[in-house]
Amino acid sequence: MERKITKAGVTSKPTIGLKKSGWRTFRPIITENCKGCGICVMHCPEGCIRIDNKKAKVDYDYCKGCLICANVCAFNAINGEVEK
Amino acid sequence: MTKKILEGSHAIAEAVKLCDPGVVAAYPITPQTHIIERLSEMVADGEFKTKFSRAESEHSAMSICLGAQASGIRTFTASASQGVALMHEVLYNVSGMRLPVVMAVANRSLASPLNIWCDWSDTFAERDSGWMQFYCESAQEAFDTIIQAYKIAENPNVSLPAMVCIDGFILSHVYEPVDIADKKLVRKFLPEYRGRKIDFDKPVTQGAWAGPDYFQAFKRDQHEAMRNAKDVIRRTNSEFKRISGRGYGSGLIETYNMESADYAIVTMGSLCGTIRHVIKEKNIRDMGLVKIKSFRPFPIGEIKKALNGVKSIGVLEKNISPGLGGALCYEIRGLTRKRSVSAFVGGLGGRDVKMEDILNVFDDIREEKRGLIWV
Amino acid sequence: MGVECGFYQGSTNCCGCPETIAVRNILEVAGKKTVVVNATSCLEIVSSQYPHTSWGVNYIHGAFENASAIASGVSLALENMGKKGNVIAIAGDGGTLDIGLQALSGSLERGDKICFVCLDNNAYMNTGIQRSSATPFGAWTTTSPHGRFSIGKEEWKKPIMEIVSSHRTPYSATASIGFITDLKEKVRKALEKGNLPSFIHVECPCPLGWKFDPSKTVEIAKLAVETGMWILYEIDNGNFRITKPVEKRKPVKEYLRTQGRFSHLFKSGNEGVIKKIQEQVDSEWGKLLKLSGQK
Repeated sequence: MERKITKAGVTSKPTIGLKKSGWRTFRPIITENCKGCGICVMHCPEGCIRIDNKKAKVDYDYCKGCLICANVCAFNAINGEVEK
Repeated sequence: MTKKILEGSHAIAEAVKLCDPGVVAAYPITPQTHIIERLSEMVADGEFKTKFSRAESEHSAMSICLGAQASGIRTFTASASQGVALMHEVLYNVSGMRLPVVMAVANRSLASPLNIWCDWSDTFAERDSGWMQFYCESAQEAFDTIIQAYKIAENPNVSLPAMVCIDGFILSHVYEPVDIADKKLVRKFLPEYRGRKIDFDKPVTQGAWAGPDYFQAFKRDQHEAMRNAKDVIRRTNSEFKRISGRGYGSGLIETYNMESADYAIVTMGSLCGTIRHVIKEKNIRDMGLVKIKSFRPFPIGEIKKALNGVKSIGVLEKNISPGLGGALCYEIRGLTRKRSVSAFVGGLGGRDVKMEDILNVFDDIREEKRGLIWV
Repeated sequence: MGVECGFYQGSTNCCGCPETIAVRNILEVAGKKTVVVNATSCLEIVSSQYPHTSWGVNYIHGAFENASAIASGVSLALENMGKKGNVIAIAGDGGTLDIGLQALSGSLERGDKICFVCLDNNAYMNTGIQRSSATPFGAWTTTSPHGRFSIGKEEWKKPIMEIVSSHRTPYSATASIGFITDLKEKVRKALEKGNLPSFIHVECPCPLGWKFDPSKTVEIAKLAVETGMWILYEIDNGNFRITKPVEKRKPVKEYLRTQGRFSHLFKSGNEGVIKKIQEQVDSEWGKLLKLSGQK
């Protein structure tokens, strides 16, 4: 029997369900140089960086480890580490 | 109710105006042009308040209807022949997304060779698209079917788009008396569109892609919806008959002279009118007509029942599936077990099907003639 | 980002994808009263796999070539319903310059109230990096590979901005994910009622198709502008303005060197190609400077 679907396949709740953490080769680490400017937030393809208490915080459930954040950071506050 | 002498195309335009779609998008193609020209005049004169989009191709015309319907507005378009072929992929999109768009098709042959006259090749090529298909015999029927098509398509158990087909030139350009239903009556019969509407507070995603694990479920749902449509079509036909005095058989098929017939001819569209005329004129007793009005959903049960008592059958169609024969014939053959079904293909590209041709067809049916017979 | 701008986490785009960067920032400007109409493309595939969706705004996907036409339909419907909202059609370079060109032209000519965003990653990336008319001269793609008898793509990029502006569109602009503030300002202008229909052409360097490290996406986007390979300008109701003037352009070599799709141009015998590219960039700049009233 085929799976059940909504009528016409209309979906209404964005599903934050596809966690990508297993794909990473590198992971970004925010250092104390972070000024909370938000440039990394603006450039993150996954939208998984937030400014929390004037510091950038990465949601590692969704980070794919591209390290664009490290590349664009104006304060050299993000380092790339090999994922364990 | 007003009675007017109208072309089939203008009858359709009048019906569309009464159904009040909020968006009409179309591209001209012979022989549908009079439909959209008449609608344009109505819009220009303020008779019909709609957003009329002059699309730059049929593919875009159907896409505009898709976008508008998906946003929550009743829509209409019309096309024929090459235009229907051009919008082929969007037809699948619209029915896959379960959007009840209504399209009038003035049946015309597909090039090559280029030909502007009537046959069913354009809509037959779309018979698997998930669109309902209704074939009309007269301008009056076209008028009535447009109104009913919206009601059927928009039924929540159906939610499938519908094509209302009229033979190009034969019906689209010929004048007949048409009873124009009263606006109040139509409004009561067909209320405002109640399908899903764009809501900025409750955003939805439409047209997602589906992998192998989900796709088949979509198709199964579509098929079930088409099957549900049969009942909805019957009920809509009855309701319309109650309010207007006009019904078309069961809504799915009509029969003529079948009470005492030994033989039957099965066909669709304006050919039915010719056949009725021949049977009446020549006082033919042994031949009856089974007119298929709803080609999709295909009314298997009703056709079987109608053909129950006859010795042999003939199917006359304006389409050819090269390498097989007529597509309709094979659909009928599947229902008639051991009895002879003679196959007739004629009228292609507007080729005239005269009274003598019909009489010859009748003879061939009686003789249970084999092989594909070209009329 | 994320929830607030209408595009959620968890989409299946490649690591370092420029398109999602563009979309998040565009939606942040557009807000929740937006309907996105998306052509079949990388973006559509990564964001709308049934039963998941990454979209926090209304979203419609139809087919490949009709994003513009569907968006036109949506805008007419909203007008009819008396609802005010943005209608943004998003397509890739294929869905804009090639297969989507007809529908785009139709919508622009009719003046339908839509904003069309082209996310240009220079090839049909979704189907596997095949050549499009937006692929730059000399670039490798799977259907325009370099070889003994080929230098890669042998045609120049289709000038879509010229095509769009010749429709007398109220607002059209080029943008880049390397200059997000500029991009956002352009989106804001493009969504102004009086500026519709509008068109934004966004440069999206694709790590997979252009062959570079995913961390360099934004850096390469910036380099494109710094070398003149991508020029940031807008045509605002007839007024032509270069929004990111570049005083001293870096040589195009610096841009070409960073991407594997141009690596064959650095083999001996292909110097002429790089020279041609430099000449073309110089000539484009000259032309645009003239249009903007500068020397």
